[in-house]
Amino acid sequence: MTLAQQGDRRPVRWLSWFVSDDPPGRIPLNIFMLAILLVLAFAPFLFPGTKALGVSARICIFVILVASYDLMLGYTGIVSFAHTMFFGIGAYGVAIMLAKGWVGWGAVVLGATAGAAVAAVIAALIGMLSLRLRAIFFSMITLAIASFAQIVAEQWRNLTGGEDGLTFSVPAILRPSFHLFAKPVLGITVNGPVITYYIAFAVALILFLIMLRVVNSPLGLVLRAIRENEFRVEAMGYQVVAYRTLVCVLSAVMAALAGALMALVLRYNGPDVTLSFSLMIDILLMVVIGGMGSLYGAVIGSIVVVLAEYYLQNVLASISAAIVGMPVMSALFHPDRWLLWLGIIFVLIVTFLPQGIFGRLRSRR
Amino acid sequence: MTAGEDAMLRLEGVHTDIGRYRILHGVDLIARRGRVTMLLGRNGAGKTTTLRTIMGLWRARQGQIVFDGKSLAALETPHIARLGIAYVPENMGIFGKLTVRENMLLATAPRGFAQPNLDRVLDSFPMLKVKWDSAAGSLSGGQKQMLAIARAIIEPRRLLLIDEPTKGLSPAMVGQLVGALLRLKAEQTTILLVEQNFHVAEAVGDDFAVMDEGRIIHTGAMAALIADKALQHRLLGLSMAAAV
Repeated sequence: MTLAQQGDRRPVRWLSWFVSDDPPGRIPLNIFMLAILLVLAFAPFLFPGTKALGVSARICIFVILVASYDLMLGYTGIVSFAHTMFFGIGAYGVAIMLAKGWVGWGAVVLGATAGAAVAAVIAALIGMLSLRLRAIFFSMITLAIASFAQIVAEQWRNLTGGEDGLTFSVPAILRPSFHLFAKPVLGITVNGPVITYYIAFAVALILFLIMLRVVNSPLGLVLRAIRENEFRVEAMGYQVVAYRTLVCVLSAVMAALAGALMALVLRYNGPDVTLSFSLMIDILLMVVIGGMGSLYGAVIGSIVVVLAEYYLQNVLASISAAIVGMPVMSALFHPDRWLLWLGIIFVLIVTFLPQGIFGRLRSRR
Repeated sequence: MTAGEDAMLRLEGVHTDIGRYRILHGVDLIARRGRVTMLLGRNGAGKTTTLRTIMGLWRARQGQIVFDGKSLAALETPHIARLGIAYVPENMGIFGKLTVRENMLLATAPRGFAQPNLDRVLDSFPMLKVKWDSAAGSLSGGQKQMLAIARAIIEPRRLLLIDEPTKGLSPAMVGQLVGALLRLKAEQTTILLVEQNFHVAEAVGDDFAVMDEGRIIHTGAMAALIADKALQHRLLGLSMAAAV
């Protein structure tokens, strides 16, 4: 190989290192995933508007949330219903700090850190006490604890704002009134929400790459082996409960950090936003639609479900308007039926793509 | 065979229950250091349960299991494995969705491969080099068995528990496997080997113990069993005769 050829390959090697030598798949799939990264990187400029910016930020946050859930479900075979609880703990960490009179970045960092620490401790306790049980009992325990956390958030009004939640001021640089540049850049005013988006994007990218490194480390190898047969792993000298607890803690910390970002983006937090069971269903949908056991699947799943949640109604409205003369069909495509169509999409994907969209794309290599 | 000082593993009066059923009824067994002990007997005699009880996968209800002077009775399976005991179960115990390399790496994580150990194992099982990046689930039965044994010996082990490694393998594969077991024997690895194939037992065994109905009914030197056809017939009967 000539030096020139080595030079040509250097960016590829660097990219490969960047993704822990675990690229999405063959070249077309790699290009596709890179395109998604670039679209998210330039989302404020490609899709101007408050709604589009909110949707993009939500996708970034859900990528972390869903990928961290996949660490448990897809990589280790643990079914937990408490993931939104950790998401909520992170969000409440930031929300409580900012709503209770603390100001500035110190409060944000402290709130996020405290949320992550509390999530880690609770996850460790749940793991150590429950992960020896059979899978179904562990799932039921996490469901009970998540329900308890939601009730606590709704009842402890002094701290959490109860069902109304907490509204708070974010640091000045993140407020809509803040303008980073005097003039628009590429036609877009770089204000607080745009800066908030880029913080969410950067944190999501960093956390995603950290998780990718974890699953491609010896720890990730043990986790995948546990998913396949925990008794064989024990017979090789590994403490399965310790590894499962470790992955629960890691997953909980990631979810809490995602929650902290959500609070910053919304400038609000309440039980319906970060603790609800419907959010847990969304996470499960995203993992299954994207594909379990591959963090890239979390990216695809998050994009598909978030876009469907926000734009499926618009698509249905267009279809319904186009077939307005056909009574039954028009009613079937009425925008209010979007959940029905989301359900149909989910059933079709589970039926025809049991390994999820990304799993299917990757298996073509 | 007596409970001499060279016993690497000693079982005394081990009883094991599975659910409501008692499978082992007071097993007394010795595996001597640096030797291959064959555990023989018909199907359902309790051989696999004995190995699983040693590994802590089933808990002994009564009795003592002592490995190199240390009692295993109260230890969890991972602790037992970390004492240097490797278990190759009857169903091979490989991870089908992981590659051959990952299966091997699992036995050495988090340190990774020590090159001399890897070279030694790949010399014994050259097939693994060819299939290095293939999913272990795609290997043939014999190849999976090779992988399972290779994984068990990639790190230095003090005791190998191997459960019917030749079951269902072609004669050619059995030959390769016997070769690998003989190399382990030459390295003075202590092995407790469950086997139904008497050809394999006579090729690699130093000592033997025969089980029936959850008890050890006879022990001795393998050479004595090989020389005594009447004893073979009396102890092993039809179950082993079919393989002879």
